[in-house]
Amino acid sequence: MEPLERYRPVVDDFEAFLAACERALGTAVRVNTIKASVDRTLAALEEDGVGYERVDWNPHVLRLDTDSPGSTRASFHGFTHGQEEVSAVPPVVLDPQPGERVWDCCAAPGGKATQLAALMDDRGTVVANDSNLGRISALRFNAERLGATSVAVTNEDARNYSLSRFDFDAFDRALVDAPCSCEGTIRKNPDALDDWSEGHISSVSGIQKGILRRAIQTTREGGTVVYSTCTFAPEENEAVVQHALDEEDCRVVDFDLDLEYAPGLTEWNGDEYDESLTRAARIYPHHNDTGGFFVAKLEVTA
Amino acid sequence: MADGEDAIGGADATGEEGRDLEQNDGQRFDRLPETPSERTVEGRVSRAEVVDYFADRFGIPPETFDGHTFWEKGAGKIWIYAGDAPTPLEIEAIGMTCLRTRQEHWKPTTDFVQRFGRHATECVIDLDREAAARFAAGKDQELEWDGDWGYLIASHVVGGGLEPLGVGLYLHGELRSVVPKGRQRDL
Repeated sequence: MEPLERYRPVVDDFEAFLAACERALGTAVRVNTIKASVDRTLAALEEDGVGYERVDWNPHVLRLDTDSPGSTRASFHGFTHGQEEVSAVPPVVLDPQPGERVWDCCAAPGGKATQLAALMDDRGTVVANDSNLGRISALRFNAERLGATSVAVTNEDARNYSLSRFDFDAFDRALVDAPCSCEGTIRKNPDALDDWSEGHISSVSGIQKGILRRAIQTTREGGTVVYSTCTFAPEENEAVVQHALDEEDCRVVDFDLDLEYAPGLTEWNGDEYDESLTRAARIYPHHNDTGGFFVAKLEVTA
Repeated sequence: MADGEDAIGGADATGEEGRDLEQNDGQRFDRLPETPSERTVEGRVSRAEVVDYFADRFGIPPETFDGHTFWEKGAGKIWIYAGDAPTPLEIEAIGMTCLRTRQEHWKPTTDFVQRFGRHATECVIDLDREAAARFAAGKDQELEWDGDWGYLIASHVVGGGLEPLGVGLYLHGELRSVVPKGRQRDL
């Protein structure tokens, strides 16, 4: 937990934050509405004697009383998909509509891409891209298991992504769930901080900036881009959004989210960020008993 | 496009009024032609034939697929897709694999049947809870069935309604589970 000490000055109730990071996380699943309604899924779980708790902020997210959420009948049928509660936040903030064209730049293993497809009633185009070929098979497996027929899978570096293969020249929305230092996943993965270093943060933030810029460039004017990470580092969060504000035509916009969270930072280690970054959300583990996440919503301007 | 082409005998390229058909390219997705007479690739099936197969074999209404296009990548591997894309297309995947056509008996995929099999009215075998669990685990079992032999949709009741588990092959009093290894589960 040593690397997290740097956040003592910015996290409210830091001791509660640390204590939450040391607690293991329970099992959460998302109901896949492409396959079944929430009511039917709950009925299927009840038939199997699997206890569940619904979360307040999202009707599609359940906490399950089982260590093997993949062995339920609901899972076999693709009614449910194992997905950490807070990782269901970015697609909700992106708010895609049926029939739209949406880019998920860093999509493997596909939890958010299939959530986007479900939010669109599986109508429209979700281009699920990942640069890592090894992770593409997991993405494909999940998309097919969950019955998402609106997902197209590509394997490219998102930083210089070309739309020339498609017959449209801009997306309506893009989700940049960027590769990151994963500090917020410590409750799920106790090894998450083993390779932590400021050098790693610095190098990964360069990649994040490149991907976010490309996402803004490929989204139509008036379209929406959501930037998210599962880490607390301002270098990977506010600083990346600030870079996009400096280099591309976009602005940070508000969104509603029925979770407790802290606003984005406007300064860190002597760097200042635009006041609009307070519209971003820093979700800490002690807020809602979840993993950690950062989410910012951008509108593409002229 | 010449009139009067033989819709069925398309596998023989020279048989189609001397028109030379292209070979299938396994590296890319090609959208299926609407009808057999629009075929330009040797051995490729048409959308009409695919939709008719699902209607004839399983009673799935053709309009079920109004919002979807069908594609081939690799000989006989048919995909179903709801999104926008030009043909041909070189990417990793579009939608899901739904059907194998270049064999004597066409075979739907488990994922397709789980997604669209609820629209089926024929060749659907209802399993009880235990038989369903055996099927999901990939096990074969002896069962009574007085309908057609061949590929069936195995279903069971879950969450208050009938739900397809996947594809089974029924032969000689035995239902073989063809759920792929990676999709098998001990429920």
